[in-house]
Amino acid sequence: MTAPARMSEPMPQGGEPLLAVKNLESYYGPIMAIRGVSLEVRQGQIVTVLGANGAGKTTLLKTISGVMNPQKGQVLYAGGDIAGWEPDHVVRTGIVHVPEGREVFPLLTVEENLRMGAFVRNDREGVRRDEEMVYSYFPILAERRRQAAGTMSGGQQQMLAIGRGLMAKPKLMLLDEPSLGLSPLLVKEIFAIIRRLNREQGVTMMLVEQNARVALEVADYGYVMELGRIVMDDTAPRLLMSKDVQEFYLGVQEQTQRGQKRWKQRKTWR
Amino acid sequence: MDVLQLAISGLANGCVYGLIALGFVLIYKATEAVNFAQGDFMMLGAFITLGLTNAEFMGLPFWIAVPIAIAIMAAFGYLLDMLVLRRMFGQSQIAVVMLTIALGFVLRFVAGTIWGHEPKSLESPIAGLDVRFGGLVLGLDEISVIIVTVLLTIVLYLYFNRTKLGIAMQAASQNQLAAYYMGIPVKRVHSMIWALAGAVAAIAGVLFASKGSIDPSTGLLGIKAFAAAVIGGFGSLPGALLGGVIVGLIEPFASYYIAAGYSQVMPYLLLFLILVFRPHGILAQIHRKKV
Repeated sequence: MTAPARMSEPMPQGGEPLLAVKNLESYYGPIMAIRGVSLEVRQGQIVTVLGANGAGKTTLLKTISGVMNPQKGQVLYAGGDIAGWEPDHVVRTGIVHVPEGREVFPLLTVEENLRMGAFVRNDREGVRRDEEMVYSYFPILAERRRQAAGTMSGGQQQMLAIGRGLMAKPKLMLLDEPSLGLSPLLVKEIFAIIRRLNREQGVTMMLVEQNARVALEVADYGYVMELGRIVMDDTAPRLLMSKDVQEFYLGVQEQTQRGQKRWKQRKTWR
Repeated sequence: MDVLQLAISGLANGCVYGLIALGFVLIYKATEAVNFAQGDFMMLGAFITLGLTNAEFMGLPFWIAVPIAIAIMAAFGYLLDMLVLRRMFGQSQIAVVMLTIALGFVLRFVAGTIWGHEPKSLESPIAGLDVRFGGLVLGLDEISVIIVTVLLTIVLYLYFNRTKLGIAMQAASQNQLAAYYMGIPVKRVHSMIWALAGAVAAIAGVLFASKGSIDPSTGLLGIKAFAAAVIGGFGSLPGALLGGVIVGLIEPFASYYIAAGYSQVMPYLLLFLILVFRPHGILAQIHRKKV
C-alpha cells in the first residue's frame, strides 16, 4: 500500500524552528520558479529538499540567502523576516550558502579562500581557530593550504566550498547539491563529514539534493519539491520507505507477478 | 651612453603607459567591462592637479594639490560606478563600452572648456631639473616617474595580496557569485575598484604632466596604453605594467634607428605580432574551471 503524503502532521523531534519559509514566490524573469513554498527547518536538524532538475530547489536556497528577491512570502529567521535582504546582510545573521558546482575562487589559495569565507567576521582569533577546525575536518585542505583552489580536484573543491562556508560561523548552512559530479566514494565521505559537522559543531543544515538516497540517509526531515511546489514532507526514515519516493526518487521499481515493470504509477499527490 | 639615456626616457614613458594600462586591467578584471575613458581619466587627473597648483588658477602648493587631485579622481570613479554604471547592470557589455567612449569625449570637452585647448605645463617641482650621474644627464622628472611607479606597484601588490579588502577584490573578480554568497558587498567592491582606477589615473596624469605639456586630447594616449595592456595579457596586473614598459621602450629606439613615419608604427606592429603568436598576451592569466 502506498503511504499517503503527510502534509499536516506535526514535525517530530528537533528544537525550535530556526528558519520558517512561508508562501514564498520567486520568479526568473517571467517564469515563476517557486510557487508558494512553505517549510520549516528546526534548530540542530538536517533538513533535505529533494526534487528533480528544475523543481526550484536552487531558487529556493538563493531566495533564502538573498541572491534572489522573492515577489511574495516571508523568510522568518531568528524571529525576523529576512526576505529580500542583501546577501551580505543575510550572511551576517548566520546563514551561509554553499553553492552548487563548488564555485571556489580559482586563483586564490586554499587559505585565502577560507579567509574570504570569514569576510563578514572581525574576530581574528576566532577566525584562526575556525580555520584550524576546518583543517581538522578536511586534512587534505591543510596539506594544500598554499595551492591555488582552481588546480584542485572536484572533490577537494567541494570540501573547500563547505569549509569556506563554515568559516562564516553559520548557524544555518544551505548546501546546494554537494554530491554533484563526485564519485560515490567521495559522496559518502563528504556526507559523513556533513553529518559530523551537524552533530559536533551544531550547524543546522538545509540540504538540497537530487541524490535522494544519500540525502535521506543523513537527514532528519525531508521535503519533496516538484515544479516549484512542496508536494510531500515527512521524517527522513518515513520518506525512505514511501512508495512514491522509492519509485520516483530512489529508482526502486515495483515488480508485478510477471516480473515486468508496472506501466504507470500514479503519484499520490496528483 | 645614448642607449642608456634612450632607455631611461623610454622606461619613464612606459611607466605612464603601464599605469594607464593598469587602470584598464583593474576594471576589466573586476567588472568585465573595458573603460575606454581611462586615458581621459589620466588627462583629467593631470588637469585637476594643474588647476589646483598652477599660479594662473588656484596656486595651491604642489604637494597639497596632488593628494587632493587623487582624492577627487577616486571619488569621481566611485560615483561614476555607483550612480551610472550600476544602473546599467544586465545591459550588454557593448553598452558599457559605448558609454565609456562617450564619457571620454565629454571629459575632453569639459577639460577644454575649463582649462583651455592649448597645451599647458604643470608647475611641478620635479619638472625640468637634471640629475648628473657620472657622465649621464638624466631628467629628475623621468627618474621620479620610474621611482613612483615602482613604489605604487609595491603598494598595490601588498594591497591585493595582504589586506582582506584587497583579497576580497580579487575574489569578487574571480567569482562574483561566490563572492556574493560569502557576504562580500560586490557592488561596493566594484565602485571601490573604479575609485582605485581613478586614483591610479590621477597619479599617472601627474607623472605624465611633469614630463611635458598636456592638453585635453592627451588622454588619447590611452590607446597606446590599451595596446600595452593587450601585449602584457589583458587581465594580468603585472602584465599591464610589463606591456607598458615594452611599448615605452620600443618608441625611443624605433624613432632613433628607424625612419620617421615608420617608427610610430612599431608599438602597433608588436601588438599585431603578439596577437598573432601569443593571443593571450605575454603574462596571460588563464584558468579553466574544473568540472
